[in-house]
Amino acid sequence: MASFLLEYLPILFFVFIALAIAIGMTTLSFVIGSSKPDREKLSAYECGFEAFDDARGRFDVRFYLVAILFIIFDLEVAFLFPWAISLGKIGIYGFWSMMFFLLILTIGFVYEWKKGALEWE
Amino acid sequence: MFVYTISFYFFSIIAILSALMVISAKNPVHSVLFLILSFVNTSALFVLLGAEFLAMILIVVYVGAVAVLFLFVVMMLDINFIKLREGFLQYLPFGVLLGLVLLIELGMLFYTNNFSENNLVDFSNLPKFSDVENTKILGNVLYTDYFYLFQISGIILLIAMIGSIVLTLRERSGVKKQKIYNQVHLNSKNAIEKKKIELGKGIDV
Repeated sequence: MASFLLEYLPILFFVFIALAIAIGMTTLSFVIGSSKPDREKLSAYECGFEAFDDARGRFDVRFYLVAILFIIFDLEVAFLFPWAISLGKIGIYGFWSMMFFLLILTIGFVYEWKKGALEWE
Repeated sequence: MFVYTISFYFFSIIAILSALMVISAKNPVHSVLFLILSFVNTSALFVLLGAEFLAMILIVVYVGAVAVLFLFVVMMLDINFIKLREGFLQYLPFGVLLGLVLLIELGMLFYTNNFSENNLVDFSNLPKFSDVENTKILGNVLYTDYFYLFQISGIILLIAMIGSIVLTLRERSGVKKQKIYNQVHLNSKNAIEKKKIELGKGIDV
């Protein structure tokens, strides 16, 4: 077992504290709180109406487009982290290598912007 | 060492249980949430292995982005999932067979243990695992030694960007857009017009 794992020990403690709080809150409210469910209380609340339809309707594909574009820029940022750490060692070549990578992605970004994919209307 | 063992079993048991729940949960949205739980626990296992970069990327990319995509897909598809499950027993033998083939393949790979030989990438010039942290190891070689692969990954991301826009973006006609530039450049001269109206006559606007 490596010594660097000791640095993660506080996170492990936080995980357990968070688990304890979450489980404690739900069980306490389940045990202490009064609960008298009937059919109307358990049915889906839709602003005074009867529920019309299944919640799983079709919705706009534009949400999906935003999510895809988010993933792509997320990956771009993931490439930036190791670069930022070892920039001192890889020198000017590594710097311009990343700049070229960013240039390629900026072309895509300009395309998105001009095409209006980032606008919501 | 004791804490290490305990936390390994804790995370791996939760990962396996949540992976089981992914395929057995009735509600597909619950399946996606269990998938996220499985990802988080796998990332904890990566930290235990010492692969902290992989662990953080798993959180950032898979939990942050891919799981959101899965949620969208599950919510967007207008599929009756109960109907989809009707033929479950009918397809069960086939599924078990596929799983067995995959298991045998994995076992063969594990027992022949050919990970270090016959490889496309030469590992010999890399520093030892224990010397530097692995984000640094990656950063030292990715942008210089593997320049072409790095740029190809950038071009793949560009293609993904353009492809997703071409596939999903559609122009809509008849939608009024807010043009902020025009709004900001309004002033009293071009926004107000004075007109003299003659007595007893209307005016066309």
